[in-house]
Amino acid sequence: MKIGVLALQGAVAEHIRSIEQAGGSGVAVKRTEQLGEIDGLIIPGGESTTIGKLMRKYGFIEAIREFAQAGKPVFGTCAGLIVLAERLEGAEEPHLRLMDMTVARNAFGRQRESFETDLDVKGIDTPLRAVFIRAPLIKEVGPEVEVLSTYKGEIVTARQGNLLASSFHPELTDDFRLHSYFLDMAKEAAERARS
Amino acid sequence: METGTSRVKRGMAEMQKGGVIMDVMNAEQAKIAEAAGATAVMALERVPSDIRAAGGVARMADPTIVEEVMKVVSIPVMAKARIGHYVEAKVLESLGVDYIDESEVLTPADEVFHINKSEFTVPFVCGAKDLGEALRRIQEGASMIRTKGEPGTGNIVEAVRHMRLIMGQIRHVQNLSKDELYHEAKVLGVPYELLLGVHETGRLPVVNFAAGGIATPADAALMMHLGSDGVFVGSGIFKSENPEKFARAIVEATTHYEDYELIARVSKNLGTPMKGIEISKLDRSERMQDRGL
Repeated sequence: MKIGVLALQGAVAEHIRSIEQAGGSGVAVKRTEQLGEIDGLIIPGGESTTIGKLMRKYGFIEAIREFAQAGKPVFGTCAGLIVLAERLEGAEEPHLRLMDMTVARNAFGRQRESFETDLDVKGIDTPLRAVFIRAPLIKEVGPEVEVLSTYKGEIVTARQGNLLASSFHPELTDDFRLHSYFLDMAKEAAERARS
Repeated sequence: METGTSRVKRGMAEMQKGGVIMDVMNAEQAKIAEAAGATAVMALERVPSDIRAAGGVARMADPTIVEEVMKVVSIPVMAKARIGHYVEAKVLESLGVDYIDESEVLTPADEVFHINKSEFTVPFVCGAKDLGEALRRIQEGASMIRTKGEPGTGNIVEAVRHMRLIMGQIRHVQNLSKDELYHEAKVLGVPYELLLGVHETGRLPVVNFAAGGIATPADAALMMHLGSDGVFVGSGIFKSENPEKFARAIVEATTHYEDYELIARVSKNLGTPMKGIEISKLDRSERMQDRGL
């Protein structure tokens, strides 16, 4: 499976490394034309205001919406989760409006409140080490969204069909199971498209 | 649950990659920087070129300015403490800034010792001219490195020199045999374990940005081409004729640093960049890069 990582700004190399460690191949995506060559897309952590602005400028909003609506999987981590949301608390305008959820940015506070912890995630047998950096939270989800993990009662991982989102950064550890999970989503989508 | 781990501190800098961090002096400039796509702002009382012009002792900014900036933007806010000034750094940490720059742009408080950064929860960025300085700062706890360049000059030549030197030294270290590494560690004045890491991975263990003299979109793209993970722009934005346009253009050129048609397009009709200083015209005593080795 060939997985693209949106490379407008943020932790691109780490996701490519994790995808390759999980058995896929990773490629940095800087132009909308590249979406035609990949089986799944990761929107990485970074600054959502910067990534959102550059997505608008280069036509990625419509292109990624079409990509997702065609059934191709998209995985957003941290800023990527914000970018996927239908609704955002605060002043920032929503970007892709793909996942039926309301997201609060910087929900834990400032950088000094950033942390790491062990986290149970549905579909992964033992806890993952989860790194939260100025992380967002999912405040509420629509009926189509499945909650995969919570931290202190708040939603931090969710899935809606071919869309996956996490508040934390799976790409910053050497545990590649969430990337494997996403690769499986890409394989299922490819099989569905074939049949 | 653990805060302030090295993964959390270094990870925060990883999220800045491919981005532009801009110096701002008030809330209004901070909003302009955020709207232009900055990934973080550095809250300052004066930009480096003004510090240079004013002379005297440059210190940490008035906390009012830092708080004012923190209030109006949602992106991370950084602020500068003097080299070795533990208390300025503690004050900035207490304000809740997201990153502290232990910076040669301010007048050093200690000519021998840097701050022991590993005991802070807030992460630090430090300047370096070469691999030895970079690894010494990392050993002290820096979670991000930037070239020193020559701040406030609008002249890219020193940042280029420092980035080329660091990258060249990394390649050299990669090619050494393990027994040669002990000697190299002694020559560079760095811990063997950190040098071994560079030998094995071919990179610094933290993100490495460019800073000090970036004045145009092409300058930013040049630093990315040389291997920077992102750029700091100090005086280059708010000392230019049209800060908004310069800021937006530098953000785009940093993302698409290999797309020369795009850089040409965003460079059109920008107005006058900041006035630069030829390095040979600077007196030795005016060189900020020689502070804190």
